Amino acid sequence: MTAARRIATEVKSYHGFIKFLIALVTVGAVASLLRFIFGLGATTNLNDTYPWGLWISFDVVTAVPLAAGAFTLGAIVHCFHIKKLEPLVRPAIVTGFLGYSLVSIGLLLDLGQPQRGWHVFRYWNVHSPMFEVSMCVMAYTTVLFLEFLSPVAERFGWHLPLRVLRWLEMPLVVAAAAISTLHQSTLGTFFLIAVDKLHNLWYNPLLPLLFWVSAICSGMSIIILEASACHKWMGQPNEGVLLRTLAKILPWTLGLYIALRVFSLVALSDGPFFDRPGLTISFALEMGIGFILPFFMFAQKSVRDDDRRRSIAAGLVIFGLVLNRFNVSMFGMMDPDKIYYPSLIESLVTIGIIAGHVLFFVLIARYFPIFEHHPETVDYTIPDPLRKVGGASPSLSSAD
Amino acid sequence: MSTLDTTKNHAFLIDMTKCTGCRGCQVACKQWNQLEAEKTVFFSGEGYQNPPAMSEYTYTRIKFRDYQKNGQNEFAFYKEMCMHCNDPACASVCPVGAFKKTAEGPVVYDDKRCIGCRFCMIACPFGVPKYEWSKGLPLVKKCTGCHDRVREGMKPACATACPTAITYGPRAAMIQAAERRLARYPDRYIHKVYGKEEAGGTSVIYLTSLPFDELGFKKVTMRALPSFTWQALRLVPGIFLTVGGGLSALSWINHRRDRIKALREADETGTETAEPKEEQQ
Repeated sequence: MTAARRIATEVKSYHGFIKFLIALVTVGAVASLLRFIFGLGATTNLNDTYPWGLWISFDVVTAVPLAAGAFTLGAIVHCFHIKKLEPLVRPAIVTGFLGYSLVSIGLLLDLGQPQRGWHVFRYWNVHSPMFEVSMCVMAYTTVLFLEFLSPVAERFGWHLPLRVLRWLEMPLVVAAAAISTLHQSTLGTFFLIAVDKLHNLWYNPLLPLLFWVSAICSGMSIIILEASACHKWMGQPNEGVLLRTLAKILPWTLGLYIALRVFSLVALSDGPFFDRPGLTISFALEMGIGFILPFFMFAQKSVRDDDRRRSIAAGLVIFGLVLNRFNVSMFGMMDPDKIYYPSLIESLVTIGIIAGHVLFFVLIARYFPIFEHHPETVDYTIPDPLRKVGGASPSLSSAD
Repeated sequence: MSTLDTTKNHAFLIDMTKCTGCRGCQVACKQWNQLEAEKTVFFSGEGYQNPPAMSEYTYTRIKFRDYQKNGQNEFAFYKEMCMHCNDPACASVCPVGAFKKTAEGPVVYDDKRCIGCRFCMIACPFGVPKYEWSKGLPLVKKCTGCHDRVREGMKPACATACPTAITYGPRAAMIQAAERRLARYPDRYIHKVYGKEEAGGTSVIYLTSLPFDELGFKKVTMRALPSFTWQALRLVPGIFLTVGGGLSALSWINHRRDRIKALREADETGTETAEPKEEQQ
């Protein structure tokens, strides 16, 4: 009784915005319950022509690259050894873990038989991109959960798990990058089967590679936006100096993406490209405003060093990525005579999932040390019990 | 009853010029597969076409097409059904392998395995798999090629009921028969055996007198669809090892460099560390 009362007073002390998020999540949860009671046909605008709608296009195909910050930053900090970006890693891991958990929830809602999700483990089909993605998403959610356990173990002072987790840190970072490379690209492979269905502007054999490179761009942009938002609204210190370093990498990845995209259009696709005005506009917005404009913005030092303009450029990349995923998975697949748009319930569920993401991030940041992480106190070098690297190493000793 | 040699890949040869539009095939299909009736209205499509589309209750349907020939009104027909591809897209994309191309020809669906992800519906170039949209825990529905009949040596229900247009037999023989008809009556047909190469070859072969797209046939690639995704998916193990191995090596090198640098700095400042001193190189 007292515990319940304590929780009640705690919730009452929350900011109004958090309460609003709680309301949105509740509405989304009720809406997803309706899907199971009344069936997919009654609650969604899906039909035999459009078997995949908003839930696949946003909750899976778009949400996965939006959660790419964790693996991108993990690899940048720990493998490419840009150690000073370390303070950004934990918030990115929390975002990634939440993102993937919600992807799993979205996918389960969309499945006709969610109670049979485990069948993927029993009946393998290695020819299926969906099999690949389900295995990767489950594996990567586990990796993110283990990475997320660090702040939890710190919070409760569990020393042994902390030591195990620290010992696992590097293997987890490498596994995260390898698994993410696979499923980020395989989401693009999904649509390689849609020959003669996906519009020529987006259908090309490089789709998996393009999905992977754009996921890396979006991962870094999300981190820039998130750190700026945490500074602005959650009273966290300004990480502008670190974000500048991150922003320096973006012109390279964006440039690579644009080059691959142009190459795929010119050399690997067959026209007609501009036969449908709506799609042409969508393509121009995606490429022009979502990738080329931020490329030129991030290429300028003045933009990278300015907190506001850097955030705007990062926001444009996110816009480009979201539009690209919708173009590939929804707009580009549409029959001009028969338009799909999401139903109220589909929209409420997706809004609930987005609200849930923000809500859980804020709550986790409130109760766990995800910002107060001091990398300088942690020895990240690989354990060296045999003293091979030090002076005792014969190869080094013999070198002089 | 055993009249079929079930060791061979069997195919339907459907000669649309011989179809009378009686829709006996539709009725036979519903009877054999115990499919519910659909509430429909007259003239919801062209001619006497009914029901308006294939669905979870309707595995096959005759599409009507009104056209004029020598000033006379004529009907043309197209029997919509699963094409039973030789290398089916649905089977390749299904994460749990619920679809299987049987040795006898039909592509069959295992409703005990299906998780309901609907990737088969996205992948099928002919738009065949349909979904039980009215149910809370829906499954996929599609033409079974009457595998249960074919396995026992009987012809599929629609082929048995059809008085004129459908021949059923080994696929190679059906293609030969189709080509013979094209050679003998070049004026009667569009010169094409639909299904010989479409989507890598199908077990339903069509002959028509009207252009295929006019009848509502989908434009499909001649390449087997699974090859489009496999050309990317086959790289998965290699990419996993390359990225994993590359990043492992990179971080090992960087960490080693760090450690040596730290030791050297400690050495230069003369600080005693627990590590053995590094010798100058």
